[in-house]
Amino acid sequence: MMNETASEASLVEMRGICKSFPGVQASDDINLRLERGEVLALLGENGAGKSTLMNILCGLYRQDSGDVFVRGIKADIRSPRDAADLGIGMVHQNFMLVDTMTVAENVVLGMPSLAFIPDMAAIRQSILELGERYNMTVDPDAYIWQLSVGEQQRVEILKQLYRKAEILVLDEPTAVLTPQESKELNAVVKRMQAEGKSAVFITHKMDEVIAFSDRVMVLRKGKVVAEKVTADTDPKDLARMMVGREILFRVEKAPFKPGAVVLELKDVCADDERGLPALRDLSLQLRTGEILGIAGVAGNGQRELSEVVTGLRPVKSGGISINCVDSTNKTPLQIIKSGVSHIPQDRIAVGAVGDMSVANNLAMKDYRSAPISKGIMLLPKRILEFARKMIGQFNITTPSPETRIKFLSGGNIQKTILAREIESCGSLLIAVYPSRGLDIGATESVRKELVAQRDTGKGVLLVSEDIDELLSVADTIAVLYDGRAVGVMPTEGADPEEIGLLMAGVQPSGKESNS
Amino acid sequence: MSFAFEKRKTVSKTAIVAVPIISFIVSLVLTGILLVAFGADPFSTFAAMFKGAFGSGRALTETLVKAIPLMLTGLGVALAFKLKFWNIGAEGQLTLAGVAASWVAIYWSPWLPEPLLLPTLILVGCAAGALWAGVPALLKTRLKVDETLVTLMLNYVAILISQFLYYGPWRDPKGFGFPGTQMFPREAWFPRIAGRAHIGLYLALVAAAVLWFVLNRTRWGFELKVIGNSPRAARYQGISVERNILLAVLLSGALCGLAGVGEVAGISRRLQQGLSLGYGYTAIIVAWMAQLNPIAIPFVAILMGGLLVGGDQVQMVMGLPSSMGLLMQGMMLFPMLAGSLFTEYRIKKITGTQARESARGGA
Ligand SMILES: Nc1ncnc2c1ncn2[C@@H]1O[C@H](COP(=O)(O)OP(=O)(O)O)[C@@H](O)[C@H]1O
Ligand SMILES: [Mg+2]
Repeated sequence: MMNETASEASLVEMRGICKSFPGVQASDDINLRLERGEVLALLGENGAGKSTLMNILCGLYRQDSGDVFVRGIKADIRSPRDAADLGIGMVHQNFMLVDTMTVAENVVLGMPSLAFIPDMAAIRQSILELGERYNMTVDPDAYIWQLSVGEQQRVEILKQLYRKAEILVLDEPTAVLTPQESKELNAVVKRMQAEGKSAVFITHKMDEVIAFSDRVMVLRKGKVVAEKVTADTDPKDLARMMVGREILFRVEKAPFKPGAVVLELKDVCADDERGLPALRDLSLQLRTGEILGIAGVAGNGQRELSEVVTGLRPVKSGGISINCVDSTNKTPLQIIKSGVSHIPQDRIAVGAVGDMSVANNLAMKDYRSAPISKGIMLLPKRILEFARKMIGQFNITTPSPETRIKFLSGGNIQKTILAREIESCGSLLIAVYPSRGLDIGATESVRKELVAQRDTGKGVLLVSEDIDELLSVADTIAVLYDGRAVGVMPTEGADPEEIGLLMAGVQPSGKESNS
Repeated sequence: MSFAFEKRKTVSKTAIVAVPIISFIVSLVLTGILLVAFGADPFSTFAAMFKGAFGSGRALTETLVKAIPLMLTGLGVALAFKLKFWNIGAEGQLTLAGVAASWVAIYWSPWLPEPLLLPTLILVGCAAGALWAGVPALLKTRLKVDETLVTLMLNYVAILISQFLYYGPWRDPKGFGFPGTQMFPREAWFPRIAGRAHIGLYLALVAAAVLWFVLNRTRWGFELKVIGNSPRAARYQGISVERNILLAVLLSGALCGLAGVGEVAGISRRLQQGLSLGYGYTAIIVAWMAQLNPIAIPFVAILMGGLLVGGDQVQMVMGLPSSMGLLMQGMMLFPMLAGSLFTEYRIKKITGTQARESARGGA
């Protein structure tokens, strides 16, 4: 039926793609073209359908209707292997590496052409050569669990390059990277492009569209709302198209008037899961009416910091006091009762219980006291009333309070956790990556809520890897590197470049700050 | 056109009721096919089974006799399963509680005031059951030892302890050498309601109601639900995971223990061979069929009791092996497990080019 020849056809063409999930049309009649040597940005809010569309291209999902053509030929992509045979490879939002295997093993894992007894020496050699060529070195013998997130991403990319992928799909690759690492990734993509390879770059950040892509396609609610040459557009324009309305880039906040000290850490040391030091003599101070922003690349002690404060992780030495009362190594319940709220890093597994209803998740802190309970008794009607109130107040979009929370979008799960933690907050709110993975609409409301808490005189500890977020929300910024606060500065007049360098472990004077 | 499973957003209330019933019917059909293969007429066999289980006063009370321990062990097992603590040691907890109750009935009765005898016997029996469940619970919460294996192995230990006692030191000297203790004094007997059905029935029904209330209407029940779903989330909410698992499993063991108390004090009135007819294992089927719902457990237990009694009847009337009842129990579990899929999922019809399942892994 097609009589186009290979030379005039696009490298990839998706026509009239539709895909629905229970209750959502994730892809609604989408047409997409990708040319040879081109980087196409897919921009859209969370849940816009970016991952779904690319999962269809990569054989993880099957479209309900529509066709895919690769190099002008209709392709029936039924599995990631089919996609790989067509030279399509994807680096997923959640990495798909085996922790307990080495880099080299992961790179070749699942390759159909792999010999029964693989020649690991040769594989190791080609990985080193590829790393050399693209300027992203990874030790082929390192185990995945030993690598930082940034390095793991390099392994994912190497894996695709090793398989000779011509079309690389990167699903929100920068979400886990430092600004410096993002620049390195950009160089890798440019290098691939110079070799005639193509890429689809998924993101919800406007500046990345500008930095990475030649052309941009904007998705909203499963539909293509705009398609432009990147050079003809700007971040404001992109944001408006993506959200469908004007967006405030800065958050309004009252003048900074700090009060008494709410949280104080003195020379705190703690270990991570593997028993390795994660916090090293960390000292910090947070006052009422202040947002203390913790900057740093993930894995430099942020998780452990929030866990020692909330009693989830033992402190090995040093001391923590909350409202001038010693709280070192108190139980989580004692700390909750002293007025501490916590928006954890891991929303789905820790912050919420996926198989319980939105209402129950909302009640998960307040169930201990009236009006939700009376003595030892729980009052289900009150839980529902409470949930309805919270759902209204925090604009949580859910089919009903009884829907299991795992069916909500990431933004609404986060709003649910935020609602619960703010409602039960006494004097200290700890928010760990509260806007990670959220679209701008939801991010805006999370940030406003944090600022509102600060304005009512609470202390807010905000862990974030987004420097812009810290600059626009925090009053004070502390940079965490290798379990230490390597710089504490007022946000007023802070220099993003300097923060970026501190995050990477470089002292602004130019010398390496290392243990 | 083809079909795919799609996860439901809320558990369907209709499915919760319909699934066990449909599963039961499917298992009847499967057993019927098997009966035909045996050369028996399925309809008259089922009729005989039903009559044997529910057709007369005596049949009914015998069904209850079997249903009582199934209710109690079913409740105990369900409580532990709710916390994802795989207690398959109900048999051992039941047996050890029977031993403990016998000890009180025989050796404490001479000096214990009569009105205190039954309450003490019940308490000591439950405590023994709780102890037997507490060991694996402690090993699990303190040392992360897998509970499945420990609870299973402790079944054999409990059974051997009871054998040692009624073959050895506790054997009735006037028992003509039969293995078993002497008969309990009358004050240590559970009063009977009708036939051999004893007050254990009331205890079981009350236990079911109380357990339902605790799980659904108390703060502790809410905490258990959170722990069962996500221990990490529970810890973050300030709920003590280890302590609550331990408490709940002790309670689970106590319920299983109460079943053992009922068996010795209500049925055999002595400790002897055949204290349990595998109730502790059938309890697992009962708990799953009732979808771990305490209110459903008594009904399912009666149905299972009926299958056991009716199975015996089939042997006598139809000349078929009495294991027919056991066979049907097993047959019931399969449609049941398959059916539980429908409370969580529904079938979606797919047309057009989408020829394959829609829900697969991915980001
Ligand atoms: N496997 C799935 N099952 C059910 N719904 C899904 C599944 N994958 C995605 N969705 C839904 O499809 C929509 C688009 O999701 P996705 O493609 O992941 O968005 P994006 O990557 O743009 O954030 C969302 O509403 C999401 O909840
Ligand atoms: Mg996505």
